[in-house]
Amino acid sequence: MADIAIRNVEKSYGKTAVLHGINLEIADGEFLVILGPSGCGKSTLLRMIAGLEGITRGEIAIAGRVVNTLEPRERGCAMVFQNYALYPHMTVAENIGYALKVAGLPKAERERRVAEIARIVGLEAFLARRPSELSGGQRQRVAMGRAMIREPKVFLFDEPLSNLDAKLRVQMRLEIRRLHQRLQATSVFVTHDQIEAMSLADRIVVMNQGRIEQAGPPRLLYAEPATRFVASFLGAPAMNLLPATIVAKDRARMADGTEIALDPGRFVVEIGQAVEIGIRPEDVMIVWPGSEGAHALEVEFTEDMGSSRLIHTRLGGMEFTVLQPAAQIEAEGHLPITIPEDAIHLFDRHSGKRLERHIPVIGTAASAAA
Amino acid sequence: MTTLALAPAIDRVPRRARPVRELLAGTLFVVPATMLLLAIILAPLLCLLILSVTDYEIGAMQIRWLGLANFEKALSDPVFRRAMGNTLLYVALVLPGGVFIGLLVALLVHGRTRSRAFYEVAYFLPVTATLIAMAAVWQFLLHPKLGPVNGLLKAAGFPEMAFISEPSLLIPTLAAIGLWNLIGFNMILFLAGLTAIPRDLYDAAEIDGAGGPIDRFLTVTWPQLAPTTMFVAVTTSITAFKVFDTVAVLTRGRDGSEVLLYAIYLEGFQYFKIGYSAALTVIFLAFMLAFSVFQAFQLDRKVHY
Repeated sequence: MADIAIRNVEKSYGKTAVLHGINLEIADGEFLVILGPSGCGKSTLLRMIAGLEGITRGEIAIAGRVVNTLEPRERGCAMVFQNYALYPHMTVAENIGYALKVAGLPKAERERRVAEIARIVGLEAFLARRPSELSGGQRQRVAMGRAMIREPKVFLFDEPLSNLDAKLRVQMRLEIRRLHQRLQATSVFVTHDQIEAMSLADRIVVMNQGRIEQAGPPRLLYAEPATRFVASFLGAPAMNLLPATIVAKDRARMADGTEIALDPGRFVVEIGQAVEIGIRPEDVMIVWPGSEGAHALEVEFTEDMGSSRLIHTRLGGMEFTVLQPAAQIEAEGHLPITIPEDAIHLFDRHSGKRLERHIPVIGTAASAAA
Repeated sequence: MTTLALAPAIDRVPRRARPVRELLAGTLFVVPATMLLLAIILAPLLCLLILSVTDYEIGAMQIRWLGLANFEKALSDPVFRRAMGNTLLYVALVLPGGVFIGLLVALLVHGRTRSRAFYEVAYFLPVTATLIAMAAVWQFLLHPKLGPVNGLLKAAGFPEMAFISEPSLLIPTLAAIGLWNLIGFNMILFLAGLTAIPRDLYDAAEIDGAGGPIDRFLTVTWPQLAPTTMFVAVTTSITAFKVFDTVAVLTRGRDGSEVLLYAIYLEGFQYFKIGYSAALTVIFLAFMLAFSVFQAFQLDRKVHY
């Protein structure tokens, strides 16, 4: 059990900086997901915690002890890799027990613990097999077993589910969550899949271009994205983002003249400010034709997703999607909608920052009070 | 739609006739490749087998059937037996040397970043150099009086070594030159194998506590290179069994330094005893085949996971 403190951590390869001053506190027993597009530095950060990458500047402490110069095995971290990274010439039992063998544990003790772990991850019947004789899901279980057997203080997951097919991914996601509930070990999970992040995390850290965009519980990030990047990255289907200019305290106008009403009490804006208006597809209200303040959207096509329909339309010349429960009548031709004022997210077009009186906490949300 | 349209047409063919027609069509497709295989590879081998049981000599007007006499003669021929022993000694020196030095060089070169290209070319140069031409250079280098190698030995206080005249040193000297010629090629094969090892495995080993260079080698590199090592071992032993050019140029088989291929060459092209030389070739081929099959089957079980 251990908390992790990341203080002003930077990483550069030669002159190329990939991480710019990361600050993050991870509480003991927390399940933290680092979410971001490829190349944002999330895996690098994870590997720095593990000790597989050097730290250019700043420090990382695990359980209060600065680990910058410690070897990976001295840090008490276990890691699960995207490609499983099992030793192909060893059996499942040897793979799981290898760390104990290196540590010099007696054979009987090793075998007892391997059997125990195999039972937890459901691999008792496969202990004598080689990894090549296992399915993808089974291999991932071996990788998890190998991580668990060391009873680590910290679990690190580097996109462990991306090589699995969709169905197995959902299943393994649940198993990881269950495992965490049972072991209560501090876990850091790196992924580019926002659904994985939303469903697993106690707290999500969204990274972009080597910086933390926002950190917080999944619900908060979804409801109050601090930047346009977070807004567009979280949520499927993605949030609609419409460029517009503030023309009055309560109105923004798009390039083609379409006006969108704003709640004047909510936002701190200036007349003439360039903004982006964000509306989640599920927040759009479909109304009766001719309703007051309704926009008539031109329907381009509809994607049927079973429980709901995604209607692709245009608003003010921009792409605009509307999520509609499948029970409703299918939209054709023109779709009258209104945008509830409290569902609008407003971002400054230049800085990408959220505009609001009440500014959500950016950065290390959990430790903001500390 | 295509499948639907075709289905009735297939159904019209009587059910029993279909396998026969498919068999016929399949056979016809295989015929050209089989003919080529027969003409190019199997026919010459058959020729060899036939010659090996005759007393054919170049220019002879008659051919006599000898049965296994050629083989009996070969096995009791002291020259041939010596050639066989020499070849085995040569292989015993070149095979482990070629594999392990090649691996060592590959590991060292693989660790380089900027200078890697230079080392690759440098080690590969002997492979591209013609061994016959380079043999002249070695003859000079190893010369007892003029050669710099003996110069160095003397300077270091060692006695002069007659590398290319002292009979007991002949095969080891030839093996050293063979190694010099071969290492670069094996290094390239090992480098290819090293490049294919997933980085994740080293990371996993490091997390597991096997992060030291020797642990890394034993946990990841060596097991991952096993298939490459087997391939290198098989090709190296085949190359070693076929040693000829250095013998032909440097020793000409004198002082009991004959090797298999050189003995075959002497019988066939110097003494024109084609039949006898064919019999020696058959023995040589059988030897190589047995050796390669043994290696492949023995190692194959251990190297593929």
